[in-house]
Amino acid sequence: MPVGTQGTIKGLTTNQLEEIGCQIVLGNTYHLALRPTSELIDELGGLHKFMNWPRALLTDSGGFQMVSLLHLADITEEGVTFQSPVDGKPMLLTPEESIQIQNRIGADIIMALDDVVKTTITGPRIEEAMYRTLRWIDRCIAAHKRPSEQNLFGIVQGGLDPVLRDKCVRGLVHRNLPGYAIGGLAGGEDKDSFWRVVAQCTAALPEDKPRYVMGVGYPLDIVVCSALGADMYDCVYPTRTARFGTALIPEGVLKLKHTAMADDVRPIDPTCNCMVCKNYTRAYIHCLVTKDAMGSQLLSYHNLYYMMKLGRDLHTSIIQGCFPEFVCGFLQKMFPKGDVPEWVCNAMEVAGIDISSCCAPFSSS
Amino acid sequence: MKQILYAVSLLDCPSLKAISKIGGLHQMLGLHGYSFAAVPRDSLLCLPNCDGTNKIGASFETPCGRMLIKSAEYMKMISSLKPNIWASLADEVPAWTSEKRNRTSVDRTVQWLDDCIALDPADGGAVFGAIVGGSSVGERSRCAQEVSRRNVSGYWIGGFGLGESMDERPALLNAVTDVLPEEKPRQICGIGLPEEVLQGVAAGIDLFDSTYIYHLTLGGFALTFQMDRSKEHVPSYQLSKIGSDNAKINLRATIYRKDTSPIVDGCSCYTCQNHTRAYINHLLNVHEMLAQILLEIHNTHHYLGFFRLIREAIKEGKFELFCQKFIQTRRGHLVEAAVCA
Repeated sequence: MPVGTQGTIKGLTTNQLEEIGCQIVLGNTYHLALRPTSELIDELGGLHKFMNWPRALLTDSGGFQMVSLLHLADITEEGVTFQSPVDGKPMLLTPEESIQIQNRIGADIIMALDDVVKTTITGPRIEEAMYRTLRWIDRCIAAHKRPSEQNLFGIVQGGLDPVLRDKCVRGLVHRNLPGYAIGGLAGGEDKDSFWRVVAQCTAALPEDKPRYVMGVGYPLDIVVCSALGADMYDCVYPTRTARFGTALIPEGVLKLKHTAMADDVRPIDPTCNCMVCKNYTRAYIHCLVTKDAMGSQLLSYHNLYYMMKLGRDLHTSIIQGCFPEFVCGFLQKMFPKGDVPEWVCNAMEVAGIDISSCCAPFSSS
Repeated sequence: MKQILYAVSLLDCPSLKAISKIGGLHQMLGLHGYSFAAVPRDSLLCLPNCDGTNKIGASFETPCGRMLIKSAEYMKMISSLKPNIWASLADEVPAWTSEKRNRTSVDRTVQWLDDCIALDPADGGAVFGAIVGGSSVGERSRCAQEVSRRNVSGYWIGGFGLGESMDERPALLNAVTDVLPEEKPRQICGIGLPEEVLQGVAAGIDLFDSTYIYHLTLGGFALTFQMDRSKEHVPSYQLSKIGSDNAKINLRATIYRKDTSPIVDGCSCYTCQNHTRAYINHLLNVHEMLAQILLEIHNTHHYLGFFRLIREAIKEGKFELFCQKFIQTRRGHLVEAAVCA
């Protein structure tokens, strides 16, 4: 799900998003509540109508900003107070308020307000946050005025502690929600801890409900999480890295700002069928990214196309029963020397996917 | 025929070698159904600097500093770009320049035209001879006469939009166009406001390039002037209070926060068919790139529609009437505002 924070994916039209096969876009409750306000969006018929996006929308709770703006925030049982960066006024975000704002915005999937803590923090705060998340989900459910039109997803918290994670999963599953997210990750924890939490959660969550790993991420992470049983992802990575001049390709990344690109007349990715790769050369884009916003727009288009295709290919390979082959092909292109990171190998083993054909044998150290 | 202007970027990016490898402008920009005209001046990034220009070459102010371009270098760029049309190198001077300097600019420009033609690659595009002459009717006429004697496919009239007033322009334009053969196209640089375009068309100009749309979009403006010739114009003087007039609206204004109408009712551009004033107002407010993209689409579409109306009016023999009506409507809001004051 590309992230359209303020009601737009930076620089792309809704037409282009449809073109590249995007089915659902994420909007950010915190930002939209500030500008243009959820009341205005509601008055004008909801976010779909406001941005003219005929497909699906998901809004987050506004809670992630708690972690990113923590120095301005105060978390209590009531909710979260933080200072608006726009005008300095205090904003209180309670579970009720978050759901009401999301009801007004009108997305198809809405997220419960959770008490999210960084995975790099240790101690009793994590346990407190996990229990509070469970108490808040009940308040969210009670406040939700449009349950037949908007799907409320709960978010599993608990840091890196398997006991806490387990309690949280059980608590949420007990509420029988339409879908579940795995939160509190993608915040700087080491990859080995990351995949283990995902694996534990996906194993315990119901098989017939979508699992959404929030804030993920890099193509490699998405492949691994998919192998572990996750379905949905959101990340600013493809569009943000585009704005820094980086394109996503099967081998990894291509830095268009490099001087070597100035004379390179190949497309970004000769195997890619997107509008950008069919019409423009690396040399031309190299010029643009160093000088013009247009460059980042073209790269965003390509990067999102790449991500959409990755999602489609993963999906198709599962249906056609060749998922392990697809994963191997993916890893081979990204790690031609066979130096697949150990965490990936471990995760794939737990997922039951045999990738030995693309891993060089580990040297015993 | 769809045409796009490409101001010969005197910047090194992409390099001429790369452009040649790619195959020229059409390939590089992926715009195969369009014609390209390459000109020396870019009114945004590449402005003529008459103090720096000398007999060796034309000087331009660019983001990379001052650059001096000789005819030979210019022609190398042209042969890499492979445009359909290209203008010869010109020594453009502003309106306040001295008589002597002005005369020199005409001599130089004609000389450079000869140089460029001599260096023209065999399969080159059509050459438009550059005509200068500042704000001297005599020099303008002289230059036009000299250039018309050369074997060119059309004319590129430079030196306008550099400080002369709208009032002195018709005389200068006519001094040039009166001398030029009727069947060859005339292109002008630096003239963009609708009224100025009408002035140019009246004097016999066929092609225009300007930064008008670019600056409108940057400022958050959207063109709204009446395009339907059959409708009687309905004045709206409240608009002038918020920096708008009957020609354009400023979508940053708060009155558009909840305006769910398109920029222009009935406009067939992508923006008006898909989005509302309220949405663009929001995008401008939160500094999102999509705002400029949507505005540029609409403004370009609207502006090109204006040119279509001009062509229709000319075909029907009603151009003078069209001009009068257009200017009347544009000035109408000023009269109303004065009355209300």
